[in-house]
Amino acid sequence: MAAETAGGYIVHHLTNLTFGKHPVEGWTFAYPRGFDPAVHSHDMQYTMTGKMASEMGFMAIHVDTMLWSIGLGALFVFFFAKAAKYATSGVPGGLQNFVELIIEFVDTNIKDTFSGKSTLIGPLSLTIFCWVFLMNLMDLVPVDLVPNIAYALGIEYMKIVPTTDVNATLGMAIGVFCLIIFYSIKQKGLGGFVGELTLQPFGKWMIPFNLLLEGVGLLAKPVSLSLRLFGNLYAGELIFILIALMPFWIQFTLSVPWAIFHILVIVLQAFIFMMLTIVYLAMAHEHH
Amino acid sequence: MNLNMTLVGQLISFAIFVWFCMKFVWPPVMAALNERQEKIAQGLADADKAAKELDVAQAKIEEQVRDAKEEASRILEQARKQAAQTVEDAQAKARAEGEKLIEQAKADIDQEVNAAREALRGQVSTLAVAGASKILGKAVDADAHAELIDQLAKEL
Repeated sequence: MAAETAGGYIVHHLTNLTFGKHPVEGWTFAYPRGFDPAVHSHDMQYTMTGKMASEMGFMAIHVDTMLWSIGLGALFVFFFAKAAKYATSGVPGGLQNFVELIIEFVDTNIKDTFSGKSTLIGPLSLTIFCWVFLMNLMDLVPVDLVPNIAYALGIEYMKIVPTTDVNATLGMAIGVFCLIIFYSIKQKGLGGFVGELTLQPFGKWMIPFNLLLEGVGLLAKPVSLSLRLFGNLYAGELIFILIALMPFWIQFTLSVPWAIFHILVIVLQAFIFMMLTIVYLAMAHEHH
Repeated sequence: MNLNMTLVGQLISFAIFVWFCMKFVWPPVMAALNERQEKIAQGLADADKAAKELDVAQAKIEEQVRDAKEEASRILEQARKQAAQTVEDAQAKARAEGEKLIEQAKADIDQEVNAAREALRGQVSTLAVAGASKILGKAVDADAHAELIDQLAKEL
């Protein structure tokens, strides 16, 4: 990591460690072959890497996103499963108390919104809230810390906030979208679901128009769900990167307030993702 | 910002984490929470019940204490009455006894007196005869003056 310009620095920090099938190079990490620091500028390397990653198309995977998200998810399930394993109805210990606090918070929100009976929605909401929160929390780690360590270890790119990767947020949103479809069909039957998509709001003589309207409404759910989270975190991360471009002795005047503000943002975004999931599933359970 | 397989990877890991939570995290914690809720509800109900029982017991105790006090005072009163009665009886008895004794003593005294009187009366005749003899200078025939002497003795 040795950007020459501010632009190069930003591009580097927003580039994922990508592994994929390149049309020319085959399965490889996105990294321009034959890059020579003595001859080429680093900024050029960053641009080339981005181009390579684009050329890989869908057959590529962001290794950093996957590692960090799975690692954080594992951390979450480890502590929660540990607390759950030793859960007692007597006096709870510290960890159990903490876990119960979060679970009760999630459960209260579900009960306020979701009237149906489901064994899935609780764990689903809990996972979303905790996992998204932990992934967002990575945003508060100083932007240069982990990439510099990775660079010292020979890894050129390391983006540690999985929720600033649209793949991560869209992946979760698609999961939620599948559940919306599943529960809609389960509750209302295939006919009911299709009817809901086509026969309202204007009755059966306007089926194409209804389908367009309702279809857009349906598809907007996962898109808005994922892009809201991604956009907030991406913007937050970008501002941290911009602050990091300032002289070191003045950075704290901006990074500290922004980080404190971001404590609110990361919790809020995790909460919104969870809450909207509950609302969407509640809507899927309801008959219109 | 490329859409790629990461999406699928994220979807799969999401599903796995949700499944794991559903299997190992949510049910035990919820079970513990519900159980604790029940315990607390039970505890509160028990406390209410105990308080009510305490009230009942308190009332019972008060009643018993009152009864006991009444009983005690009744017994005390009875004892006092009995004691007074006993004393009175004893007094009456003693008085009667005393009177009887006095009566007897009086009777005895009278008897003694009478006896003494009879004895004296018997001796009077002798004395009178002796006295008369002395006075008259000769013997008085007791038999001849027996009537007179007896009359004298009787007047004594």
